[in-house]
Amino acid sequence: MNHSLAVVVIASGVAYGTPLLYAALGELLTERSGVLNLGVEGMMLIGAVMGFWTVQRVHAGSGAILVVAIGVAALAGALTAAIHAFLVITLRASQIVSGLALTIFAGAAGLSSYLGNDFNLGDNPARHQFHAVFPARVQRWPIVGPIVFGQNVLVYVSWACVVAVWLYLTRTRPGLNVRAVGDSPAAADAMGIDVAAYRYAHTLVGGAFAGVAGATFTLAITPQWVDGITGGAGWIAIALVIFAFWRPELCLVGAYFFGALQALSPELQARGIHIGPTELWANSLPYLMTIVVLVLVSASSTRRWLGAPAALGLPYVREER
Amino acid sequence: MVAVPAASLVFAFFASGLVLLATGHNALSSYRRLFDAAFVANGALGQTLVSATPLAFTGLAAAAAFRMRLFNIGGEGQLLVGAITAAAAGLYFGGSGGPSAFAIAAMVVAGCAGGAAWALIPGILRAFFRTNEIITSLMLNYVAAYLLTYLIFNTQSYWRQTTGFNAAVFPTSKDLPSSALWPGATIHLRGGILLPLGAGFAVLAAAVLWVLYSRTRFGFEAQVLGDSPRAARYAGMRTRRKILAVMAISGAIAGLGGASQDGDFRHTLDADPNGLQRQYYGYSGIVVAALARYNPFAVLLVAFLVGGLQNAGNTLQGADFPSGLVGVIQGIILFSALGGELLVRYRIRISRRPAAAPPAPEAA
Repeated sequence: MNHSLAVVVIASGVAYGTPLLYAALGELLTERSGVLNLGVEGMMLIGAVMGFWTVQRVHAGSGAILVVAIGVAALAGALTAAIHAFLVITLRASQIVSGLALTIFAGAAGLSSYLGNDFNLGDNPARHQFHAVFPARVQRWPIVGPIVFGQNVLVYVSWACVVAVWLYLTRTRPGLNVRAVGDSPAAADAMGIDVAAYRYAHTLVGGAFAGVAGATFTLAITPQWVDGITGGAGWIAIALVIFAFWRPELCLVGAYFFGALQALSPELQARGIHIGPTELWANSLPYLMTIVVLVLVSASSTRRWLGAPAALGLPYVREER
Repeated sequence: MVAVPAASLVFAFFASGLVLLATGHNALSSYRRLFDAAFVANGALGQTLVSATPLAFTGLAAAAAFRMRLFNIGGEGQLLVGAITAAAAGLYFGGSGGPSAFAIAAMVVAGCAGGAAWALIPGILRAFFRTNEIITSLMLNYVAAYLLTYLIFNTQSYWRQTTGFNAAVFPTSKDLPSSALWPGATIHLRGGILLPLGAGFAVLAAAVLWVLYSRTRFGFEAQVLGDSPRAARYAGMRTRRKILAVMAISGAIAGLGGASQDGDFRHTLDADPNGLQRQYYGYSGIVVAALARYNPFAVLLVAFLVGGLQNAGNTLQGADFPSGLVGVIQGIILFSALGGELLVRYRIRISRRPAAAPPAPEAA
């Protein structure tokens, strides 16, 4: 039963979906504050390379080193995001161009590749990696074994993050303030909220999440370093935020759904099953569905209900209030 | 107008130098080798043109749309779809023998049409549903890439080579017939510089775009619409029609870039995931357009410079030249240009106060 198509695809969907989930949660926080950061892919790659560098070069016990590596990845992601934050919040540059520039600067043919090359990371597999937490006996339980108990600790932490982000946005004062900043910065400013500070903080946190997402690749999914290891996951994460209507709990569903779609195509091929042009629709579906959701979101009647931050992508200039 | 981009460039090279120094490389010698491999060495200029031509197309495509504040970042996908449709035209109309004007014209038309059609998807969504074109055009890049891969690797499509020994072993695309290959002009200088036909088309496209935006009513209205949609509506301009037209023009130029990839350089529909798709011409084109401040002729110049940078990166990669440096430099140039924008927008003027200001009228 545990080798049936559905279980295998869902289990690997959870594994593949985890970096998407981390990155999407980060981007969600950033976008909720009104900043669009298209540099997710770049920030992920920086997190991936720095996390990997940590496990290869720093010597300590396996558990400790992995925690440190995640911390380093988060820090590296946040620092990368700081460039974007400075350009779009302080200098009010175009968020689109700046985000793309961030991906070019940090991405597969940029700083992440430079660092990986310079540190000679490409040749060896990871010295430490995240393994499944539960004993093999538990993992063999029908259905829930592989799907729920067959995962590494990063998966379980991501669930905690979903809850934390949800609580933060709906139950705390700063969380409500962020939503005000993202929906109507002028009103938030009038309330005495420091719009720039909120936007900086959430862009940096978004970067940190993206860094962790990247490290999920190099420390758990494919424990090695190759240029562009994230393979476009950053763009899917951006799509996912929209797909999830800017809500953390839906990010979880969407991440696993998109992750499962990624796992579906090779799995169907391996089993010799063909449902139309499988490779085409399974891979394109996340992007096409995001477009459909965007069309729904853009109709003004549904927009408020769906929760798109009203001031997303717009710089806030106090003098033009 | 030139001072700010130039200063950004200087700053960028300074900042990238710091990255080099911080990782223990000699910045000056790295730059010298970069410059040498881009513009000086034998055959370098020809290779630079190979890199610069697609960037000119995608740069012009981005400039055409961004000027109207239509953020078409789907140049990547539009180029790929243009390459697909142009290759179909080339395969269909091409034959043996020398370059045929008819086959080439068919490829140009098909490439433009393919790119324009792909760009019209976000265009229509924007015009009729007010859907943000940034994300939709971005998403379609991936769909286009999967479509390209699918056509060659997962199906027996028209583009795929189905006969011959290799075809059974590894999926490849059909070679274009010889009359569908685009001719180039050779300048006999420094080991011969090949001017691809596509580069000529790019110059032509830049000229057309310049005339369109600065000399016609259409261009004027498009810019008004970009700067102030409300004013445009009050003045009775047709918003939807203009959005569709601008997106179609932008996509057509990017699609022409795809046709040039087929005809000028690759001579087949390149579906290799590490080939055409890995070049990210569409994204780099946005960099080029932004650096050129959306001026068509400046786009050509910047495309040439960035093309040189990319070419040098490809040539030098490996051994002791850090891969990824080119992306770092490109990114930093763009960051500093973006930062420099602020100086353009809020022009800082040093003005001396008049020595004796007229005394404020005292209340009598």
